[in-house]
Amino acid sequence: MRLSYPANVRIVIVPCTGRVAAVHLLKTLEKGADGVFVAGCLEGDCHYQSGNVRARKRVAYVQQILKSIGVDPERVAMYNLSAGMGPRFAEIVREMTEKVRQLGPLKVGAGAKAKTAVA
Amino acid sequence: MIMAKAKPIDEIINMIANFDKILLAGCNGCVAVCEAGGLKEVQTLASALRIYFSQQGKRMEIDEISLTRQCDKEYLQELKDKMDTYDAVVSLACGAGVQFLAEMYTQKPIFPAVDTCFIGVTLEQGVWSERCLACGQCVLATTGGICPVARCSKRMLNGPCGGSEKGKCELSVVLNKEIPCGWQLIYDRLKSLGQLDRFKVPAEDKDWTVNRDGGPRDIVREDVRP
Repeated sequence: MRLSYPANVRIVIVPCTGRVAAVHLLKTLEKGADGVFVAGCLEGDCHYQSGNVRARKRVAYVQQILKSIGVDPERVAMYNLSAGMGPRFAEIVREMTEKVRQLGPLKVGAGAKAKTAVA
Repeated sequence: MIMAKAKPIDEIINMIANFDKILLAGCNGCVAVCEAGGLKEVQTLASALRIYFSQQGKRMEIDEISLTRQCDKEYLQELKDKMDTYDAVVSLACGAGVQFLAEMYTQKPIFPAVDTCFIGVTLEQGVWSERCLACGQCVLATTGGICPVARCSKRMLNGPCGGSEKGKCELSVVLNKEIPCGWQLIYDRLKSLGQLDRFKVPAEDKDWTVNRDGGPRDIVREDVRP
């Protein structure tokens, strides 16, 4: 489809979003990303039954942690889409990048750069 | 197992804000099982604290470790060589682990990162429930394997009391949560075991001196001492 989306996104592939733990999302921010979203399969379509539902709960948990340390919880988000929804993926990346851009850089560590990571 | 839950992060931040280098020490025993203080939780907390302190512009070095157990000296000794390099230690172990760490490293400020709650069971992943108060004199033999000390809100030895209604403890109304009446559970269980005769014989007085009423407790076994 040759869809274009912001080039500052780094994609981290996991076998299932159920693999994503709270520490992965926090580490992403700690290591310099300004935002991170988890792109899971559509609810009800998880090949492992409930990986994406669990991921959503973990994202919510990390949002709570971020709130408690004074970081905008919107820097972490959960989306559900299928592998066939390329245009939607590009749209989400644009949406997330724009949101993170508005929030500004998260000044963490020495080499903090504007980045958005996707799991 | 001993169940605990994480303290609010701001409480932990307040404990360590004046230090520059701290160690987060988890425990791979009970608190790892209830997902409050194992390696995973150490990593999550450390990452959150690093993000917080760098947002504040404060240089804070945070190291992570999780010991096999913090209630045994052998494992605590693993920290011996590097302890001097830290300003303070935040322990994610239960209250026993935190104290034993403080007893061994007397010159080091030690802080708790979890609230130790009770001795209990895992009902399902994410749900833990109290089952034992460690009263020191087990009465389960006469109560169908259901503990009146832990499961009855009043710790009555001859129940139920007048507050038991439709199988629920009267505290259910006060606290707005469903608490089964411990004595209803015992009654139902003894009934299914055909042991309702147990109710004809009042329980003997219990020796509460082996509980906390006798002060801090020790167990000394000469046969297993070195």
